[in-house]
This record gives sequence, structure tokens and C-alpha cells, in this order.
Amino acid sequence: MKRQIPLTIIFILGLFMVFQYFVPHETSEFLYEFIALDWPPIIGVFALALGIISLVRVSIKRVRTRDENWQYALVTLIGLAAMLTAGLPWFGGQTSPVVQWQFDFIMRPITATMFSLLAFFIASAAYRAFRARSVLATLLLLSAVIVMIRFFPMGPFTEPAAATADWVLNYPNLAAKRAILIGVGLGIVSTALKIILGVERSYMGRD
Amino acid sequence: MDFMTSVGVWVAAFLTLSIFSFLYKDNPFYKFAEHLMVGVSAGYWVILLFYNVLLPDAIDPLFTEGKWYYIIPLILGLLMWTRLFKKTAWISRYPLAFYLGIATGVAIPLEMKAKVIEQLYGSVGLVAQMHEMDAGFGTVINNVVILIGVFSSLIYFFFSKEHTGITGRVSQVGIGVLMIGFGASFGFTVMARVSLLIERVQFLLFEWLKFGA
Repeated sequence: MKRQIPLTIIFILGLFMVFQYFVPHETSEFLYEFIALDWPPIIGVFALALGIISLVRVSIKRVRTRDENWQYALVTLIGLAAMLTAGLPWFGGQTSPVVQWQFDFIMRPITATMFSLLAFFIASAAYRAFRARSVLATLLLLSAVIVMIRFFPMGPFTEPAAATADWVLNYPNLAAKRAILIGVGLGIVSTALKIILGVERSYMGRD
Repeated sequence: MDFMTSVGVWVAAFLTLSIFSFLYKDNPFYKFAEHLMVGVSAGYWVILLFYNVLLPDAIDPLFTEGKWYYIIPLILGLLMWTRLFKKTAWISRYPLAFYLGIATGVAIPLEMKAKVIEQLYGSVGLVAQMHEMDAGFGTVINNVVILIGVFSSLIYFFFSKEHTGITGRVSQVGIGVLMIGFGASFGFTVMARVSLLIERVQFLLFEWLKFGA
């Protein structure tokens, strides 16, 4: 009941979805659209809500027990409440100006600045990774430099630099990306098969 | 600029500087901005998914259009919440099983086609068809570079045979090709991050401090 039925559901649904891909009948296509396209996002919304509920529970617990740095948990709760309140249907839903304000002046600046911080850290990481101590490190360094200088204006060298960068991106880089994609694809298929056949069960957790 | 926008620019400037303060060391300003971000973005995702997924794809079809079968994904979704209580946590395996069954079943043919067959076709098929395309010398060389690159990189990923002798040499070529790919990705990432940094500095200088206004 606790394990066998879920495993059976996965097995039957998994095989059904594999086979329906090859059946061009309208019933098969309806089931694909209804079950495969509509259901997972709906269940996903509840899964996200589960995560939010956990976040709220953990934050409330930290505030109640006056944990170390509990004030920041309160900030999280206030931020969440402010956004959710602004998004209520009575205040205009997702097009509410307060939601838009919070997105423009809180979310966007923080996200953009956090990612821009990586420019500094990536520079120090590059120094360590790019010391041309071997042929492979030199290849890594050359390829990165060629791609980076593609964006700089360099007078008469701009066009040759752009052409070289385009060649690196369109051929050796494409070959590497394709090999990685093939590996990733085979990995996904084998993991999916392991889940369908019940070999991989770690997602079930413990009893 | 209206009042709310002016306040917004000041708030955004304060949060931008708070995040940049991490470059010195972890501090209360950074922690404040970080935790605020977690709360606000969690709320934003709830709003986004409620109005763009749950409402049009489940609640409206069920209650407005009378499509009763949309109750099934809603019940499955609600069952996910049984995970919140220890005694009933096992019930959440049912919706998870539905989700995984669908996702894995859909993934097998689609991923096989998009990530394996199409990529192999793009690498091998082009070379095989070159005589039909009346390709020039440059095109032939470029397609051969792709073919050798893909083949040697795949050999590097092939662990069923020890990488010695000819296999070792081919896999060395593969590592070289992969390094070029990683370098290109790194270069792109650096440029993207630098662009973001420039945009943030421009915001602080021109929108907040009004330099040159």
C-alpha cells in the first residue's frame, strides 16, 4: 500500500506515456495533452506551495524560539506576506501595481546584483583555473579569451576576432556541447528507465 | 518621476549596495537583502503560478467550464500536502508517483529524439551528406571537426574500457574539445556577469545619483 501501489502507478503510467508517443490516434493525443501537459504543472503548483509552507513553518519556529539571527527569518516572513497580500485578487492580482513595484525595486535589483557579484568571484576563480600550466588549461584559457574579446571594439582586429570567436563557437564548441548533450540525454533516459522499472526508489524517502 | 518610483529607486539602491557589501565580508545588510529576496520571490512565484497555471488550467475548467475530471490533478496536488504530517507523509507518494510516471514516460522518447538522435544526426548526417551538398573545402573541414570532436568527446565519456592506447589518445583529443567548450561557456558567463555589473553601476550612477542629469 505504501510502496507497491506508487511503484505500480509509475510503471503503468511510465510505459503508457512511452507507448502513446508512437500512437498518432486522437485519443492518444488528447490523453497526452490532458495528462502530460496539464496535470504536472497543476501538481507542481501544490508542490511549490508545500515548499512555501515549509519555509513559513521554519521561519516562524526560528522567530518563536529566538534562534540565532531570528530577525532575518522575520524579514523573510514580512517579504512573503507583503508580496502575497499585494497579489490578492482584491488588490489587482498579478497585475497589481504593488506587485510590479516589489518586482521592479526589490526582486530585480537583488537578483541582478547577486549575479553581478559573480563577476568578481569568477575573476579570482579564473586566475586559479586559467594559469596555462598544461595544454588543456591553455586550450580552456584561449577559448575563453577568444569568446570574451569578441565583445570588445579593437579597431582593425574587431572583424578577425569576431570571425575567430564565431568559428570556435560554431565548430569545436558545438562538438563539445553535442557530446555533453548526448551524454545528458542517455543519462536522462537511463534514469527514467530505472524509475519506471522501480530500480531507483530514493524519491520515496523512508517509511 | 512620481513619488513611488522615487522611493523605489532609493530602495533598489539600498538593496544593491547591501548585496555589494558582501564583497567586503558577510554582514547584516547583505543578510537582510538576502532574506528579503527569499520571502519576496517565494511570494512572487505563488502569485505567478496561481494566476497563470492553477486558475486557468484547473480552477476555471472545473468550476466555470464544468470539466469535472480536472478535480483529479487538484486532489493529487492536495495529497502532496500530506507530507507535512509524519503519519500521513506516505500518501504524498501517490501524487509523486503520478508526476514521476508521466515525466519519465514522456522524457524517454522526447529526450532520446532531441538530445541523442538529433545530435548524432547533426554530427554524422552532415558529413555523410556532404557529397550531395557540393560543399566547399572549408565546410568539409568544419564538419569533420564537429564529427571528430563529438566522437572523441564521447570516447572520453565511455568508461567501459580503460583509457589506454588508442582509446586513451582519442579520449585526450576529447578532453581538449571539451576544454574548448568549457572555455567558451566560461567566456560567455563572464561577459554576462560583467554586463549585469555594468547595468547595476549605471543604475547607481544615473538613476539613483543622477550623474550627468
